Amino acid sequence: MKYPEKNVAITGIGQSRISRDAGFSPLSLTLDAVLEAIADAGLERSDIDGMSCWPGDYQDASGMAPVGIPALQDALRLKLGWYSNCRETAGQFGAIFNAIAAISANLCRHVLIFRTMYQATARKTSFANASFQPGGRAFWPYDWFAPYHAYAAASQQALYFSRYVHESGIKPEQVAQIALISRQNASLNPAAIYRTPITLDDYFDAPIISSPLKLFDCDVPIDGSTAIILSRVDCARDTRNPLTRIEAIGSSMQYRNSWTQLDDPATQALPGVAEMMWGRTDLSPADVDVAELYDGFSFHTINSLEALGFCPKFEAGAFIDGGSRIALDGELPINTNGGALSAGRMHAYGQVHEACVQLWGRGERRQVAGDPRVAALSTAGGPLAGCFLLVRDD
Amino acid sequence: MDETDKTHAARSLPFLTLDNRDFWTGGANNRLLIYRCNSCAYYVHPPTTFCPRCESRDVGAQPVSGFGTIFSFTMNYKKWFPGLDVPYIIAFVVLEEQDDIRLVSNIVDCNPDDVRIGQRVKVRFEQASDIWVPLFAPVGDLS
Repeated sequence: MKYPEKNVAITGIGQSRISRDAGFSPLSLTLDAVLEAIADAGLERSDIDGMSCWPGDYQDASGMAPVGIPALQDALRLKLGWYSNCRETAGQFGAIFNAIAAISANLCRHVLIFRTMYQATARKTSFANASFQPGGRAFWPYDWFAPYHAYAAASQQALYFSRYVHESGIKPEQVAQIALISRQNASLNPAAIYRTPITLDDYFDAPIISSPLKLFDCDVPIDGSTAIILSRVDCARDTRNPLTRIEAIGSSMQYRNSWTQLDDPATQALPGVAEMMWGRTDLSPADVDVAELYDGFSFHTINSLEALGFCPKFEAGAFIDGGSRIALDGELPINTNGGALSAGRMHAYGQVHEACVQLWGRGERRQVAGDPRVAALSTAGGPLAGCFLLVRDD
Repeated sequence: MDETDKTHAARSLPFLTLDNRDFWTGGANNRLLIYRCNSCAYYVHPPTTFCPRCESRDVGAQPVSGFGTIFSFTMNYKKWFPGLDVPYIIAFVVLEEQDDIRLVSNIVDCNPDDVRIGQRVKVRFEQASDIWVPLFAPVGDLS
């Protein structure tokens, strides 16, 4: 087969409780998600013969990545044909792209992929948001930001977002629609962190973090874990859920891989991966039924809407104006579980989980009407980007 | 380290390496040093000993004018930790010599409300331990 991802399916999903104060260890949360995903696929623990994750155990107190493959493999006593974490890759989806390669190379059949975060609890005891500490010394790539009080991802993203606003002319009340729609969707998702709808006034009354980023443009650090099972299609036919293949991936790196010198801060790295993805499928943006687009910051979603071709470059403002197009009953429902902005920072894996929920008709009060079959997913941030299409075959 | 600026917080600093030492210490002689290819005159940043344009390995530090343009900026309001004085400006500055060299910096010695994308700025240096931190201030009729 020309494009190996078409021979790989997501067969199961699982998620722990997402909270601001778990009261359970990161490994325990991970086990909640993983065991649910294996059971959801209709598989046994002994069927899992591959493991993949982004980024691997950070071995620090930040809560960014408190669980890696070794601790989880040992806890589950899994016997594997292939395993790998990855960090220098196409954003969080690199773990999925690597697993596709491993499955295609016949190294494994059912790969367990997980993402666990513990930042809500970690923030109570340390300055866990920091890329580096005041007065300390910083390593690459933060060394170029370190002396300038640019302490968090928000500092970098605000620099990119500011350039986007300058070039596109998007209006603040248009940007706000990403946060408002996310919260509206979250109000229908019992598992979301924040479920009380917000108004445009609430958005403008909230603090500015770093202009033009306001509080509701930033996602919510949480404690939680999400797991998915990726399977070779011929092995997926025996599993429990409708066959849902990866139709096309965008994993390329066509630009300078640098948080300061990236080719175009206004669009970040998404155009290159989107071009790769659409080059590997006969589908087009008009075929997409639901879009789960990374929203570490609302700006990422806006970048994705343009780069993935749902609207022309620098015209997302008009596209999302008023919010009706991207609402649950709109032409392109986005971030249907509330996204990271309202359901919590699951670092793109919340989006993967939710895409399956929608394609498998499990959305309950937030289910997109019309039996959605095609989902588009993205992740983004500075020089990192990845995207893929998920298609239910039946 | 007890050097502080208007934010009343000590700047975090990079580790000095053989590649970045010229950039971070040139301010001791009031010079902004950027690596440049001695074969084709292309500026190479971050500093490294390979020219991506002509593939020469003869690349080394040279002083630039210190003039640049604000490509993008943000006014930081979030007090990331107690004692940090806000707001302050973080910016991407593009150097006048070559428009694909983008430096992170703070815009200083001006009213933050007057800062604009496209504004012309000039470097100045602030010493912190063994580093001379390049900062930029507006020049011309907007300063």
